[in-house]
Amino acid sequence: MKNIATFILTVIFPIVIVTVMLRDASKDNVALEALRAEYSIPHIPSVDHSKHKELQRDFDNPHEITEACISCHTERGNEVLANAHWNWEREAYIEGRGVTYLGKKNLVNNFCTGILSNEATCNRCHIGYGWADDTFDHSDPLNIDCLICHDNSGLYDKQRGGAGYPVPGLDFQTIVQNVGRPEMDNCGYCHFYGGGGNNVKHGDLENALLTASRDVDIHMSVEGGNLHCIDCHKTTNHQMLGRYYGVSSDNTMRATCEDCHTSMPHVDRILNEHVVTVACQTCHIPVYAKVNPTKMHWDWSTATDRIDGQPYEIIDTLGNLLYTSAKGDFHWVQNAVPSYVWFNGTADHHLISDIIGEDDSVIYINTLLGEAGDPNSRIYPVKIHTGRQPYDTEYRTIIQAKLWDKDPGMGALWVDLEWEEALAAGMEYVGMPFSGHWDFIDSKMFLMVNHMVSPADQALSCEDCHTRNGGRLAGIEGIYIPAQTTHAAIDYFGILMLLFAGAGVCIHAILRYLAWKKRIKIPV
Amino acid sequence: MQKVYLYSRYERFWHWTQAFLILFLALTGFEIHGSYRMFGFENAVHLHNNAAWILIVLIIFTIFWHFTTGEWRQYLPTAENLRAQIAYYVTGIFRNAPHPTKKSSLSKLNPMQRLVYLGLKILFIPVMVITGLLYMFYRYQLDGAITSLGINNLNLIAYTHTLGAYILLAFVIVHVYLITTGHTLTSNLKAMITGWEELEEEEVEKAVAIEEKKESIQSD
Repeated sequence: MKNIATFILTVIFPIVIVTVMLRDASKDNVALEALRAEYSIPHIPSVDHSKHKELQRDFDNPHEITEACISCHTERGNEVLANAHWNWEREAYIEGRGVTYLGKKNLVNNFCTGILSNEATCNRCHIGYGWADDTFDHSDPLNIDCLICHDNSGLYDKQRGGAGYPVPGLDFQTIVQNVGRPEMDNCGYCHFYGGGGNNVKHGDLENALLTASRDVDIHMSVEGGNLHCIDCHKTTNHQMLGRYYGVSSDNTMRATCEDCHTSMPHVDRILNEHVVTVACQTCHIPVYAKVNPTKMHWDWSTATDRIDGQPYEIIDTLGNLLYTSAKGDFHWVQNAVPSYVWFNGTADHHLISDIIGEDDSVIYINTLLGEAGDPNSRIYPVKIHTGRQPYDTEYRTIIQAKLWDKDPGMGALWVDLEWEEALAAGMEYVGMPFSGHWDFIDSKMFLMVNHMVSPADQALSCEDCHTRNGGRLAGIEGIYIPAQTTHAAIDYFGILMLLFAGAGVCIHAILRYLAWKKRIKIPV
Repeated sequence: MQKVYLYSRYERFWHWTQAFLILFLALTGFEIHGSYRMFGFENAVHLHNNAAWILIVLIIFTIFWHFTTGEWRQYLPTAENLRAQIAYYVTGIFRNAPHPTKKSSLSKLNPMQRLVYLGLKILFIPVMVITGLLYMFYRYQLDGAITSLGINNLNLIAYTHTLGAYILLAFVIVHVYLITTGHTLTSNLKAMITGWEELEEEEVEKAVAIEEKKESIQSD
């Protein structure tokens, strides 16, 4: 009894004490408090635009508004002309390609596939007026649409199929007298609706962010950080931080969590060391598309089907469009669990001029570069959007289809529902050959998941990854993940050794027992 | 039948604390390895790390104890009787043959124990401690940044640590069985609890003779 008491006192008791002490050592995260204080200061505009004489008049057309803006903000026009939001292309060096000029202007994707030949409708989301085709003048500052980003009245709207021009009949005087810093719905006007509808493209950027709860987005929620887009996408001279790797390629000008939270955001040492290999987003965005579903798959190959000669739509009980004759089949997911990849901040893209290999069964629309062991690479959450889209079986290139036109009979797929004409018209516009032989091919596109950060207590827990089977990082190679990674030979050898040891002592004990029984009998 | 005081108070404290810690480290360690779920991964990591620190402190004290008491000599390997000791476990024990090695406070360990315990002390335990410390500190915090020892991944560290854990566990299984091979099934266990071991007369006689010799050496 005395020994048991001693044992408990000297062994178990200290362990319990030390463990409890270490576990309860969680200090307040002082840095986080400082950030909350910093970002709770409201922005007070230094200018009341309604007091400017230049703006106290009627405007006949939007170009005149831009002229009025530039008459005071004399250099801002030139700043915008240098911006990727304006040019839809950016100079970047890509290993193996050299210096490239890529962007929405010339890249293909696996949603609506690309703007070429469809500018008049796609470029509603361009910050300019009149980009209807490749004759648009990118050097004229008067073509800039200042209002789409700076309208704070909420009245401004751009026309469908209007090449970026506003809808007719807007109250320009009210709008121009209420301009200011971009707010969430300015950015969201385009960025929430990429791919043709709310949350279609990104999954983590949608109009639910305007009214998000803390659970949906701890930063943008009014009950949370109440941050605006530009609080993180900090902007200097119209150059803003932030990269979308569907169009970007290099590891510069990124908006990162570390910009505010530093590279050692946790109180816990072990968690901070995770930051070396695991991006913040991986744990802190456990799911995306939290409020509305996002499109995960787009199969163009079923488009143009008709019932009784008429185009049709299939809509599920939740209101998601599952099929439309114009676009094909869709697959939607809500509360989507991200996929995880190594990523070092650089990406490559499948250009429309790239040849598809004979053995390639899947086109990688973009490729996020990075691997274990690369000091710049970390594990990031991504949305993988799969598609099935037309390609030229003879020239082995992706085909850019002409999708939209204001008139029928011009070869637009969405108007005429004829593939052959749409493909021919699209490729003619792009200036690439079309053999007339075509089929559909699977494609994959990787979209970073950066928004919809959850409150810290909803972040992934250790066991979401540190588990033998079915962990979040089950597909990640090149690193040792405790509990997940095993060395088969060591485990086989180890378990075998334990079995041998156990069996050995059992056999020995039985033999001893038998020998002992025999010995007892001898005197009898 | 006579009783001899073999294990000092500290030696017993060390033995049982170490035994408990090694079992506890195995329990939490194999959870971290993903073999089963018991405390939850995060708790297992904290418990494992804390237990490891306690074991390291214990090891430091025990190294000190070994040298100040001269007990380290108990582990000097000897080939004498080694063959006989192995023969005893393989055949002699079944024929009620006497233990080939006599116990005394000067020589508590048989040649097999000497070899195995020495291996634990200079190879297996150091390897576990070193790989364990590397596991904790291959990355560390310095001047507000995470820096590393130039080791990019845990593979070699973790594999070695895991292999060592299997070997230690196998040792524990065999060890726990072999303590039943004393004068009676429990005499070794009792000895490690109370310090006093029941030895056969013959053994004691030899032990007493050695004690006397020791005293005469000291008095010289």
